[in-house]
Amino acid sequence: MSGLTFNRRGVWAIYCFEMARFKRTLLQSLVTPVISTALYFVVFGSAIGTRMSQVGGVPYAAFIVPGLIMLSLFTESLSNASFGIYFPKFVGTIYELLSAPISSSEIVLAYVGAAASKSILLGLVILGTAALFVPIHILHPLWMIAFLVLTAANFSLFGFITGIWAKNFDQLQFIPMLVITPLTFLGGAFYSIDMLPPAWRTVTLFNPVVYLISGFRWAFYGTSDVGVGISLGMTLGFFALCLALVAWIFRTGYRLKN
Amino acid sequence: MPPVLSIKNLTKTYASGLCALKNINLAIDKGEIFALLGPNGAGKTTLISIVCGIVTASEGQVLAGGHDIVSGYRAARSMIGLVPQELATDTFETVWATVTLSRGLFGRRRDPGYVEKVLRDLSLWDKRNDRIMTLSGGMKRRVMIAKALAHEPEILFLDEPTAGVDVELRRDMWTMVRGLRERGVTIILTTHYIEEAEEMADRIGVISKGELILVEDKATLMKKLGKKQLTLQLLEPMGAIPAGLSRWPLALRSEGHELEYSFDAGGDRGDIPALLRTMGELGIGYKDLNTRQSSLEDIFVSLVSERAGHAGGAEARS
Ligand SMILES: Nc1ncnc2c1ncn2[C@@H]1O[C@H](COP(=O)(O)OP(=O)(O)O)[C@@H](O)[C@H]1O
Ligand SMILES: [Mg+2]
Repeated sequence: MSGLTFNRRGVWAIYCFEMARFKRTLLQSLVTPVISTALYFVVFGSAIGTRMSQVGGVPYAAFIVPGLIMLSLFTESLSNASFGIYFPKFVGTIYELLSAPISSSEIVLAYVGAAASKSILLGLVILGTAALFVPIHILHPLWMIAFLVLTAANFSLFGFITGIWAKNFDQLQFIPMLVITPLTFLGGAFYSIDMLPPAWRTVTLFNPVVYLISGFRWAFYGTSDVGVGISLGMTLGFFALCLALVAWIFRTGYRLKN
Repeated sequence: MPPVLSIKNLTKTYASGLCALKNINLAIDKGEIFALLGPNGAGKTTLISIVCGIVTASEGQVLAGGHDIVSGYRAARSMIGLVPQELATDTFETVWATVTLSRGLFGRRRDPGYVEKVLRDLSLWDKRNDRIMTLSGGMKRRVMIAKALAHEPEILFLDEPTAGVDVELRRDMWTMVRGLRERGVTIILTTHYIEEAEEMADRIGVISKGELILVEDKATLMKKLGKKQLTLQLLEPMGAIPAGLSRWPLALRSEGHELEYSFDAGGDRGDIPALLRTMGELGIGYKDLNTRQSSLEDIFVSLVSERAGHAGGAEARS
């Protein structure tokens, strides 16, 4: 695509429009995760934590915090970004986006940026909530932020793709329900994969979510299931994969243009 | 002056295999109102959608203001505003938010004053803080027009702007269209209401089954193809046209109660007095008469059926 200039006003207009949508539902989008985080602490932290006091030298209740944040980050990024692009498609307002002097990368930047912004904000709120229950110290704050941003961007991009792919609301729900939730629970959000039997541990290594959670947890406590370099590599690799997919979608007009 | 919009050899075949546009060539001049006239399924929306970047052409080239709509899409699209046929709005947003978004999307600097003017012109100012879903259908259509005008386009597409629209909005819309034209905006509208094309357009293109059958100045089209008819209601029914009237192309209608004389609107009208005089000499009385000019509708029907006739003939021969 040719681009003489960067349509920054266009990107900003979409970003503000999307953020305004989030702002309207701010209360419900923040209250739900805060309550569920609190519940996780009651159920996992207190009930299980009493039997399993420490994982790799970290108190269990503190150990699950990064996983909890990641869990919300995945689902929120996915649903925000997928809904953000699915809705215009569904009601037909996508015509305007397609007829505007804005490039595909600018569209992605605006939508994914807005969805990621919101889930990052949410991640920080959950972190704050968790800090009310357990003392949290972050060993590598910059890496923590880096993993937070990268993961939010990653899953927002992935969500954007599912939003374009989805032909109806069922399909829109399908990815988070059937793919992300199991991958997250099996991805070591609430346990260290070292606790699994060796055979399962090998299976788990094919789960990309393991790398994201492991890297994020390392940023908190300095302990990880897999090397942090591998985590970062996998995260970036996944990101590159999503970018390539988005590029293909726009080049071919897949489910966007006839 | 080069045309503001130039369409060359444009062809569109949908994935289904349906050929919606066949080798369209069209040039639109700056500042004109062009009506694209054709029945449902003729390819009007497809043509507009390609120019606006919503549908990809199979073949051919489109230039808007000299910019190729593919390689120079930013410059081309910045010039174009579109009010699509289907009502599609950001239901949960306010009028103000959605119109502001449109302006930004097209890369324009924020200008609340201009947006206010657009909203006032379209009687939307009082509704600016209302959610779109609370508006009536007519108001929603006004919102879509406001969105299309938000970035001050030089070319405006109106796809069936008055389909299912109340009288008031229709009137407002035409006032708006005339106002825009005065400012030099080029307007391309599609319609299958012939009166609309007749009333508004400077030039008319007739499209049928993906082919642009003809493009003509409205006046020329009317002159060229318009027929006038004089119908005389006879006092006494006639069994056949008397030989004394054979100079005129006449036909008997209503079982001989009416005599119909067809002539070209641009042709010699002097024939009518001669006809009436001769009838008087022959003692043929009439109690009433009326003349009728063929509308675009008649022209259109005859054009399309003529082509259908050709196609049928070709099939029959092969
Ligand atoms: N997305 C599509 N896929 C396949 N065929 C289509 C599509 N959109 C329109 N058509 C067909 O293309 C033809 C032209 O449609 P359209 O441009 O909407 O006509 P008009 O606007 O003149 O009513 C019709 O036969 C229509 O069924
Ligand atoms: Mg149409």
